[in-house]
Amino acid sequence: MTVHNLYLFDRNGVCLHYSEWHRKKQAGIPKEEEYKLMYGMLFSIRSFVSKMSPLDMKDGFLAFQTSRYKLHYYETPTGIKVVMNTDLGVGPIRDVLHHIYSALYVELVVKNPLCPLGQTVQSELFRSRLDSYVRSLPFFSARAG
Amino acid sequence: MAIFSVYVVNKAGGLIYQLDSYAPRAEAEKTFSYPLDLLLKLHDERVLVAFGQRDGIRGGLGLGAGAGPGPLRNWAGVWVLGHAVLAINGVDVNGKHTADGKEVLEFLGNPANYPVSIRFGRPRLTSNEKLMLASMFHSLFAIGSQLSPEQGSSGIEMLETDTFKLHCFQTLTGIKFVVLADPRQAGIDSLLRKIYEIYSDFALKNPFYSLEMPIRCELFDQNLKLALEVAEKAGTFGPGS
Repeated sequence: MTVHNLYLFDRNGVCLHYSEWHRKKQAGIPKEEEYKLMYGMLFSIRSFVSKMSPLDMKDGFLAFQTSRYKLHYYETPTGIKVVMNTDLGVGPIRDVLHHIYSALYVELVVKNPLCPLGQTVQSELFRSRLDSYVRSLPFFSARAG
Repeated sequence: MAIFSVYVVNKAGGLIYQLDSYAPRAEAEKTFSYPLDLLLKLHDERVLVAFGQRDGIRGGLGLGAGAGPGPLRNWAGVWVLGHAVLAINGVDVNGKHTADGKEVLEFLGNPANYPVSIRFGRPRLTSNEKLMLASMFHSLFAIGSQLSPEQGSSGIEMLETDTFKLHCFQTLTGIKFVVLADPRQAGIDSLLRKIYEIYSDFALKNPFYSLEMPIRCELFDQNLKLALEVAEKAGTFGPGS
């Protein structure tokens, strides 16, 4: 089991943070373009899912998987989106994504007066705490990275 | 546990077959007196609750009394559709007219017609919307594989939400079979293979069927419905099928 990468978007589609661990393939487009494509895809999936659903939804879209990876999605009521790509063996990780939001983003970025909201997070503390949290996850294996 | 619907999408992203097998009832019926305390608006040829939410009736967001016409979006920019008017006094509503030919908004605007009993529920998808959603999924499928962090990934095979799971199987020839089912329903993978088999046997081998065109074959219909029934009960077709 492994974690490939993690995206953090705000409600306007700005990529607040991106980090990768075991990523084998790049999308072949500039990073900025990739963020836009990812956000656009999630935005469309949300609208797709809300129309497709046979019942009224609470949490909405949770995850999708392809033959090689699984994308986990968590959105707060304020529109912050946490997206983590892992391999297929990882089960539901809503609590992990929620922890990244509530214990890392809120504590180290929102409550930090030196971090302006709505743009890429520059805080080194946030980056290193996030990195060590993800590395400590049970499904993060140290497979050749 | 249930299987909600089946979509077949051709390699160009066009919807060539759709079947709704089971639609869970999420409806609320209530008797109202004049004036109506919900704001109803016409959107996409349907009467939707634009504002106001009560007793299991869901309202849309972002379209208050003062706002002009437009899509119903919440402030995070995502569509939030309110419930639609499904029936008035037991008479079904189709689009903006009731089955007996009255216009819904006009009828509800007249105090003489009250008290009135209105049934609300999730707006059903029109065939136009189904076409649009199918081609939308076609693109999402492609983007899903482009954004893969691993080499050689397929597109979206399974998409999970809290109310349903969408399973997709793409054949080597590019046709996509999509099944919407309850999140707890098992055996969808074998069902998708079975649908492919039924498609090959009863659509492709039908001399009157032309490739990439909408499937209108009676035997395909019958066998598909049968397969759905079996899958719902047993959850699988056994090994090798």
